[in-house]
Amino acid sequence: MTMRHLQPANLKAQILLRLAVKDAGLIRALNDPDPPFGCTTIFAPGWEVDQGGGTHGLCTPIERDLYDCYHSCYWPAQVPDALTNFPKWTNSCGAPVKDWSSIDLVFP
Amino acid sequence: MSLRYRTTLQHRYRAGEVPYVYATTTASILRLDAITEELLTSFDTVGGLIPEDYLESTPEEQRDEARGALDELVGLGLILPVGTEPALRPSTGAANYPLQTLVLNVTNKCNLSCTYCYEYGEDRLTEAPKLGAKARAPMMTSAVAQESVEFLFKTAAGRGPLTVTFFGGETLLNFEVIRSAVAKAKALADEKGRQVGFALTTNASLLSPEVVQFLIDHQFGVNISIDGNKDQHDRHRKFKSGRGSYDEILPRIRALLAARRPGGRPIGARVTLTAGQTDVIGIYRHLVSELGFDEVGFAPVTSAPGRDYALSPSNYAQVLAAFRELSDDWLESAFANRKHGFSNLNDLVRELHLGVNKAHPCGAGLGLLGVSTEGDLGLCHRFVESGKHEVGHVSSGVDETKRGDFLARGHISAKIDCHSCFARPVCSGGCYHEAYVRTHDETAPNLHLCDWIRSWTSLGLEVYGRVHARNPSYLDRLTGHDERLGLPRAVPMAEATELV
Repeated sequence: MTMRHLQPANLKAQILLRLAVKDAGLIRALNDPDPPFGCTTIFAPGWEVDQGGGTHGLCTPIERDLYDCYHSCYWPAQVPDALTNFPKWTNSCGAPVKDWSSIDLVFP
Repeated sequence: MSLRYRTTLQHRYRAGEVPYVYATTTASILRLDAITEELLTSFDTVGGLIPEDYLESTPEEQRDEARGALDELVGLGLILPVGTEPALRPSTGAANYPLQTLVLNVTNKCNLSCTYCYEYGEDRLTEAPKLGAKARAPMMTSAVAQESVEFLFKTAAGRGPLTVTFFGGETLLNFEVIRSAVAKAKALADEKGRQVGFALTTNASLLSPEVVQFLIDHQFGVNISIDGNKDQHDRHRKFKSGRGSYDEILPRIRALLAARRPGGRPIGARVTLTAGQTDVIGIYRHLVSELGFDEVGFAPVTSAPGRDYALSPSNYAQVLAAFRELSDDWLESAFANRKHGFSNLNDLVRELHLGVNKAHPCGAGLGLLGVSTEGDLGLCHRFVESGKHEVGHVSSGVDETKRGDFLARGHISAKIDCHSCFARPVCSGGCYHEAYVRTHDETAPNLHLCDWIRSWTSLGLEVYGRVHARNPSYLDRLTGHDERLGLPRAVPMAEATELV
C-alpha cells in the first residue's frame, strides 16, 4: 500500500505503515483470536472441523453450523451471504436438521 | 459488500493549519490531507456509513481519489467496520517481569517538615506501629542496601542498563549507605559485565562539597525538590522550627550546579504545585534562568480532597494555561534546535513520538520496585512501608502472586472508564499513589484529573504537530531514536538531552 494521503508522523505510525505495506493483499482468515463459540479455529477450503479434527466441537449438528454462519456471521467464502446477496437462501428450510437438503445451490 | 464503517477511537486536531490525527488504539500520529480529514469527519458517526454510498455522493471526478484515501484510512485502522475495533485485552505475560530499576528508601526520616508531605502529612500510608510493636527502622543498614543491590542484579536478568535510585525521607541523611550501595553495584556490574546508573532525589540541605563530588564522580541523575524563589519555596518547605529552607539550600545548589561537567547528566528541579502557588512561568524562569537548572518538572501536590494545600479546579486551569504559555517557549527552542528544560513537555513529546501505548500507567510493580529501610519490597517508593502494598522482600524475592494480582487490577483493560478516552495511551489511568490517596484503591483510574489530562495531552499533540511540520528531525534527536535499528529505542532521559 502506498500512502498518498496520509503521512506517518511518529515512529509508531512508521512501523504500522511498514506492516501495512508488507501485508497488502494478504487475506487473513479467522484473524480474530476469539471466534464466536462453536466456530472452527481452522480455515479449510472445504467444510469446517474443530480443533481436534472432528465436528463435535462445532455448533452441532453440523447443519446448524452452516445455518449459523449464514445468519449471524459474514463468511462469504463458504456460505452465501445473507447480508446483501442472498437474503432468502434458507426460506425453504424451516428446521435445518430435517430440511437441510431443501436448501438450494446459489449461483452468484 | 454493504458493511458500515466508522472512525475508530482517535483525536483529530490541527497544529497551526496542518491537520493531524492521533489514533488511540495504536498510539500512532499521522498527518492528514484535505481528503482524509474530510473522510474522518464524515465517518465519525455512531451508526457508520456504507463506503459505496458515501463515494457515490462525492463528485465523480474526485471519487477515485476519495476511494484511495479511504483505503489508506482503513488500512491503518482509522476507519473500520462498525463493531470490529479491537477491544482491550487483559494483561498477559507480566509474571516474573524482570526488574530494571530499584528505588532504595534509605531512610524514612527527614530534616524538613514540609507541610504537604505525603509521607508524614495527613495522607500518609504508613500505619503507626501498634502498641508494643517494633517501629520501622528509621535508617536502612548497609547490609540491607547491599542485599537490595544483589537482588536487583539477580532479578534483572536480560535487562539493559540497570538503575539504582535513592529516595527518602531525606536521602542524604543516610549518605554512608548510599556510598556502600554504589560501591556494591559498581563491583557487581564489573563482575557481571553489566551497566548500572544511579539517581537520587534530595531537598539539597545536606549537599556538602564531599557529597557533591561523589554525585558528580558517579554520574548521578540528581533531582532537587525546590518550589521556586524564596517566597514560593519557603511557603511549604520548612525546617521543623518553622524556618524556611531556601536560604540554607541555595548556596549548596549553586555549588552542585557549578560542579557539573560538560556532557554529564542534567540536574533537575522538581516543583510541587499547591493551592495559590501556580506561577509556573515565574518558577521556571527562576530555576532555569537565574539558578541554572537543566530541567524543571512540575507536579501537582498529591492530596486527599479538601486539604488546604490541594489544587482547586481553578488552580488546575491556571497550571494548564501556564503550561501552554511555557510550551510556546519550548517550541522556540525546538525550532532553533536547542534543548529546553520543561521536562513535563519533553517527556510527553518523547512518548508521543515513540508512540508509547501504556498498558500500565508506570513501571511500578513491573520494571520498578521500591525497597523500605528494612528490605520490604513495595510497588514503588511512594508505597514502601504500606503493609497493604508489600510485594515481597529483597531476601526472599518478589511475591509473584501479589504482584500478578496488582498488575492485573492495574491493567488498562480493567479500567472501563478509560476505554473511550483518546488520551489512554499516555495516561493509562494515572498515578497509583494519587489514586490511593483519593479513593483508597490504587488501581482505580484518577477520574478527578481526566479533563486536565486530556487537555494536556491535546496540548502535547499540538506542540508535536508543530515541530513535526517544521523541524521533524528534532523529534528523533529528542527521543534518541536510532535509525540503524529500524525501530524506536527508548533511552534514559539523561542521555537524550544533548541536542545540536
